[in-house]
Amino acid sequence: MLRFLFTVIRRDIMLAARRRGDWLTAQFFFVMVVSMFPLGVGPEPSMLRTIGPGVVWVAALLASLLSLGRLFADDFRDGTLEQMLLSPYPNTLLALGKAIAHWLINGIPLLLIAPVLGIQFNLPPEALWILVLSLAIGTPILSLLGSIGAALTLGLRGGGVLVTLLILPLYVPALIFGAGAVEGVLSGTGAEAHLSLLGAFLMMSLLLAPWVSAMALKVSVE
Amino acid sequence: MLSAHDLACERGDRLLFRNLGFELQSGEALMVRGGNGHGKTSLLRILCGLSTPAAGEVRWRNQPIRQAHEQFGREMAYIGHNNGIKDDLTPIENLRLAAALGGRSLDQAQATHALGQVGLARCLDIPARVLSFGQRRRVALAGLMTAGALLWILDEPLTGLDVHGVAMVEQLIRDHVVAGGLAIMTTHQALALDGVTPKTLSVGD
Repeated sequence: MLRFLFTVIRRDIMLAARRRGDWLTAQFFFVMVVSMFPLGVGPEPSMLRTIGPGVVWVAALLASLLSLGRLFADDFRDGTLEQMLLSPYPNTLLALGKAIAHWLINGIPLLLIAPVLGIQFNLPPEALWILVLSLAIGTPILSLLGSIGAALTLGLRGGGVLVTLLILPLYVPALIFGAGAVEGVLSGTGAEAHLSLLGAFLMMSLLLAPWVSAMALKVSVE
Repeated sequence: MLSAHDLACERGDRLLFRNLGFELQSGEALMVRGGNGHGKTSLLRILCGLSTPAAGEVRWRNQPIRQAHEQFGREMAYIGHNNGIKDDLTPIENLRLAAALGGRSLDQAQATHALGQVGLARCLDIPARVLSFGQRRRVALAGLMTAGALLWILDEPLTGLDVHGVAMVEQLIRDHVVAGGLAIMTTHQALALDGVTPKTLSVGD
């Protein structure tokens, strides 16, 4: 069972390594969107500090949506998804493996770039640290919930737009608690409460999302 | 071993077939016949468990395939319209990955051997992207050989294959059935299986 999970993850990482162009697009998009704000809003430090956490978080949501479109679509097109669904292991494991791989490929780079981008918004070091921590808890949520949307819109024309409409509302709690944690540090009220809620949300998505997206996959390939 | 009971299939509002049933034992082959759009592919997808029938059920070793997901997954191999291989990987990587996902281990030598048997000995380490359609079909067939499955479900296995390819598939199916395996296939071409007389099933008349 665990071997199957690791094989699914290894497979997706291997495929992403063969297609670095696709992979870099989402990362550059994240950097670009975040960097546009200081240029557009102007160099007022207190203003930048106020909007910083929110901007980084919203950009992370959009960047993850950008890469979600291909989560199952490529495998669906060439028939490998069918083959994986027919494997002797539960489809829930397949969905979980795909979501974990998506996080490793697209979520971790965001964590690494985020502190650099945070400096553009004049965030103090302790806020940068919390920003990375909130993204570390939050980006797996984006991959898990996103896999539901990707599975539901599989094979539909204009699926990309539909994923956005379906999934963005589900991302709202992650956005509120994630950006809220950083704002908590800035305003001095602390980040623990927000981070705990974010962690609880992660646990819930970890339990439910693979199961729901496995069912959605079943329906979509039918 | 494999039996279907009162299967019905609907696409949209249209009823493709109903009251369809058969039984297939070890060492038997089944040829599914029917014109375009009569539901051959739909039937095969129901039999392998990708689709749910509107009515009826499919049983493997007397258990509904939904409940026997794990065992059925181990003992069944399916080749659909799409070959199920990744364009960015080489044929060897494709075979080994497919084996690993099926819970089997396949080493480099075994994969090379299987690809040699389907006539791809010269294309082992180039990405599948640059292979021709027929060659990709052969990679899928090599996957079928290495899957070690008892039940083969083949949807138009001859598509895109040249004369030698067709002869190879015929040989493969014959050997598999003679060795006690089960094969279900659809094809529009005549299939010469010396010594094996497949049962036939017509859909959508």
